[in-house]
Amino acid sequence: MNLSREWLNDYTKIDVSDKEFCDGMTMSGSKVETVARTGDGIENVVAGKVTFMSPHPDSDHLWVCKIDAGQSRELTIVTGAQNVSVEKMVPVALDGAKLPGGKEIHTGKLRGVISEGMLCSLGELGLDTHDYPYAIENGIFILEEPCEPGQDIREVLGLTDSVVEFEITNNRPDCLSVIGLAREAAATFDTPFAVHTPVVKGSGDDIRSYLDVEIRDPQLCPRYTARMVKNIRIEPSPAWLRRRLRASGIRPINNIVDITNYVMQEYGQPMHAFDYSCVGGNKIVVRRAEPGETLMTLDGTPRILTPNMLVIADAEKPIGLAGVMGGENSEIVDGTRMIVFESANFNGTSIRKTAIALGMRTDASSKFEKGLDPEGTIPAVQRACELVELLGAGEVIDGMIDVVAAPAAEKSVKLEPASINALLGTDFTRDYMVSVLTKLGFTMRGDDVIVPSWRSDIEHYADLAEEVARFYGYDVIEPTMFRGETAQGGWSPKQAFENRAASLCRAMGFNEILTYSFGSRSAWDKIRLPGDSPLRNALVIQNPLGEDRSVMRTTAMPSMLDVLSTNAARRNPSVRFYELATVYRPLENSPLADESAWLTLGEYGGNADFFQLKGCVEAILKDLRIENVRYSAESGNPSFHPGRCADITADGKPIGVIGQVHPLVCDAYGLESEAFYAQLDMTALRALQAPERTFKALPRFPAVMRDIALVCRADIPVADLEDTITAAGGQYLEAVALFDVYMGAPIPAGFKSVAFSLTLRAADQTLTEEHAAETMTAILDALSEKHGATIR
Amino acid sequence: MEQKLRALRDASLSAIKEAGALDALEALRVKYLGKKGELTAILKQMGSLSAEERPVMGQLANQIREELTQAIEDARKALSEKALEARLAAEATDVTMPGKPVRIGRQHPLTKVISEAKEIFIGMGFTIAEGPEVELSDYNFTRLNTQEGHPARDRQDTFYFDDNDEVLLRTQTSPVQVHVMETQPLPIRIISPGRVYRKDEVDATHSPMFHQIEGLVVDEGITFADLKGTLNELVHRLYGPETRTRFRPHHFPFTEPSCEVDVECFECHGKGCRVCKGEGWIELLGAGMVHPKVLAGCGIDTDKYSGFAFGVGAERMAMFRFGISDLRLMFENDTRFLEQF
Repeated sequence: MNLSREWLNDYTKIDVSDKEFCDGMTMSGSKVETVARTGDGIENVVAGKVTFMSPHPDSDHLWVCKIDAGQSRELTIVTGAQNVSVEKMVPVALDGAKLPGGKEIHTGKLRGVISEGMLCSLGELGLDTHDYPYAIENGIFILEEPCEPGQDIREVLGLTDSVVEFEITNNRPDCLSVIGLAREAAATFDTPFAVHTPVVKGSGDDIRSYLDVEIRDPQLCPRYTARMVKNIRIEPSPAWLRRRLRASGIRPINNIVDITNYVMQEYGQPMHAFDYSCVGGNKIVVRRAEPGETLMTLDGTPRILTPNMLVIADAEKPIGLAGVMGGENSEIVDGTRMIVFESANFNGTSIRKTAIALGMRTDASSKFEKGLDPEGTIPAVQRACELVELLGAGEVIDGMIDVVAAPAAEKSVKLEPASINALLGTDFTRDYMVSVLTKLGFTMRGDDVIVPSWRSDIEHYADLAEEVARFYGYDVIEPTMFRGETAQGGWSPKQAFENRAASLCRAMGFNEILTYSFGSRSAWDKIRLPGDSPLRNALVIQNPLGEDRSVMRTTAMPSMLDVLSTNAARRNPSVRFYELATVYRPLENSPLADESAWLTLGEYGGNADFFQLKGCVEAILKDLRIENVRYSAESGNPSFHPGRCADITADGKPIGVIGQVHPLVCDAYGLESEAFYAQLDMTALRALQAPERTFKALPRFPAVMRDIALVCRADIPVADLEDTITAAGGQYLEAVALFDVYMGAPIPAGFKSVAFSLTLRAADQTLTEEHAAETMTAILDALSEKHGATIR
Repeated sequence: MEQKLRALRDASLSAIKEAGALDALEALRVKYLGKKGELTAILKQMGSLSAEERPVMGQLANQIREELTQAIEDARKALSEKALEARLAAEATDVTMPGKPVRIGRQHPLTKVISEAKEIFIGMGFTIAEGPEVELSDYNFTRLNTQEGHPARDRQDTFYFDDNDEVLLRTQTSPVQVHVMETQPLPIRIISPGRVYRKDEVDATHSPMFHQIEGLVVDEGITFADLKGTLNELVHRLYGPETRTRFRPHHFPFTEPSCEVDVECFECHGKGCRVCKGEGWIELLGAGMVHPKVLAGCGIDTDKYSGFAFGVGAERMAMFRFGISDLRLMFENDTRFLEQF
């Protein structure tokens, strides 16, 4: 909402600087976005009188003019325009002048003749013929405004107004008007405020002999008010009116259209004018559109209507789209002789839905959609008629049609000073509260506050509390800290668990990523999910921002691969990432999702390989106290290298997967180097977390170290050998550590050499040679028996 | 004999002094003091001395042995010190060369600001509440005083999963507040950080997914003044105790009175600059007293209890905090971006 301060002063005179005005309004709840002067961008341009003209000696179209611009001497200025003549007043950009758009004017030579400035056209001053219909587009702006040589052009053209742009919240459609903002301003600055009551003289006759109005849908149109004007003279509006429209960001068109726009800006009530000769059957019917009905709107676009849309129709056909835009078939044209002014109240939601459905949000619809004051129709139409008479644009026919299909009930709220003070933490008196409310147009009836018709947002004492507080000043209310029982804040066990996992990842050099929760179905193909994978069963957004963001992710793997891909494409040589990613899986008997957190790890480049990543996973699981972890080869997961992938379990329950990303998946993501990925199910992990460890005494007796090198079949997993060693090792085996795996000569093909370092120790004495030997024999026998492994 | 002993002493002392290395010194020790050394050789001749001379010579010999032993020990120490000095000198390194790189992972800037806020509120006795992102529109809208027909419910603003617009991606973390008010005993002090979704195309300042941190306090006698006090505390802990705030009236459906909280621009301290678009203030939070209708809808006795709620966009906080100019960087996850925080 753009407000002209000059216009505002018609209703309440506020004599403070723009800055004070803007600060005050912002702090009382009407947030100012920007403030500008209408003449901003124009500097050092004055009115000047042409005193002498001669043809340029070196040109067949340039003129050399002598100009009295109120300076100590006459200026010489060269112009190429052909509409200048002696004695005319013209805008003169002096040396060093600035014009809108940042153009600067300096003294210079034009074909050898010095030119001490420039004569300006309308366009060069940021104006057009809508602002000054008497001027021409292609030529110098010959001023018809009263002015003196040397007078600042901004003053001459009335470009001295301040335009304040407000951000008006949805609950305050009444402030989308000069009057609404004037009421707020008067309460803010404590200035007198009076709403003007329009006076219409009329010219006899009776509207009822020309027009009948019928509302067929009272829900969508609670009220329809109309007046008529005959003997219309379509012409440009006067300068003051054009200026105010221009300041409000509205383009002047002609007197009738300008009047409807002027009233909309002033009263916040959108209006429309129909050419009466186009209202068939002398009847206006407000009804829902018939299925398949069409209307060519004023913007020249044919619209196909549905029964959800409200139209203004004559006896046969739609002539306007209610609250959105008029129809071309009843447009005001130069030959229009008689018009109908419409000032109506429509259901906001219906208007909004119509505007969205047709993709045509207009000034009118954006006001109606917020729900306007049903009492606003009469003052607006009266004001329009008053302006018609003021401008001499036609003769107002006596009488008014005002159909109230659904009368609005008076609303009141009980004034409860104690509740208001309790909510605010203040001690305002009842009188103070009443004084604030009165300034805003509320009235009192005993303890009841009668809510003015334009304040549909007020329905509770909390709403009254806000009114009182914002004019007292939110900033003036003394801050306090809330009291009450002390409460213990903190992380939930789940949050603490996730925090720990994340900090472990960072300690190991993984950077955190955050990725979108939704993605594309094509991701499932990219990671080679089988057609029948349950992960393809996802929650689907009905109205997504494109297919790319249409399904809730059921696995976070594509998110990680996307990020690896982005980084690879940007030539980042080696990266390590983690994400605590939520995945969303459909639930059997609920429309909601099973939302669970997964820890994903991904890397490429540098020393990245399977075992580097596995080491990290092992460290994380150890720190999180996940015990009995097993990694078993998984060759059937299509997202991974079939020989470099392991399912991870703990206590026999699945907790995740780790592997080298399948080369075909890498291809799909444009990853040229090998990439590695692991994911851990945080919910499963937390359920498996072992209790806090208790202290174990440090060993008091020395350990005996024994290294063994075995030869066994190449396909026997090291984990199986370790299991056998652990099982056979008995009480003296303290630790087993793999230190070498070797294949190749002299080991026969199909076999490998595996070397372990064993730590043996007795808890209660120095381990005897005898016990050590017994333990080693048991281990070697078991290895031989179970795996056919021999000592190398 | 005495002469021989004194000659031995003088000769060996000068030899020890001359010795330039530890092995040479050892050789001298063997030569003079060893079992077959020169001192022993002289002492072997003690038998030829008179009974009066023997103890005198014996004493002298012991004296010389001690003297030589001490001299050798001193020389050895001096030589070791010298040797150590030489080694250390040889081992000198260019300490200005870089250390061996240790890669420490970084927290995403959004997580960083969210964690900071969480810590501040935990310190004030808040707990952290979580709730579903796929939510019922009943919780996301209706119970938060946003009725059917409200523009926020439009399909052009909110993502829906069904034809009846009943299941959606939450557009705010406020539905968590409703869940908490319905299920937790009073008083309530929670913050609910998390992901929220709105149908905005991606650009420098918009994302269809972003993060909010919302807070809720419900107790007996909670006032708007308390809301101001609490949020001032938050701002002071986030941006320093000198930071000024400005509470402006605003509108949110589920709070009344409502306000927006501006923080004095960090860049220009209120004078107006590019960062704050000339206003001198930066909009940070939305807040207000929980609408009594919302409390009542959750079964809370509004005669006894009142509450305040507030919300802040984490992206906004992070962008101001770190001077990030483009929101898209947050979700691209370029490692060169992530490593800056």
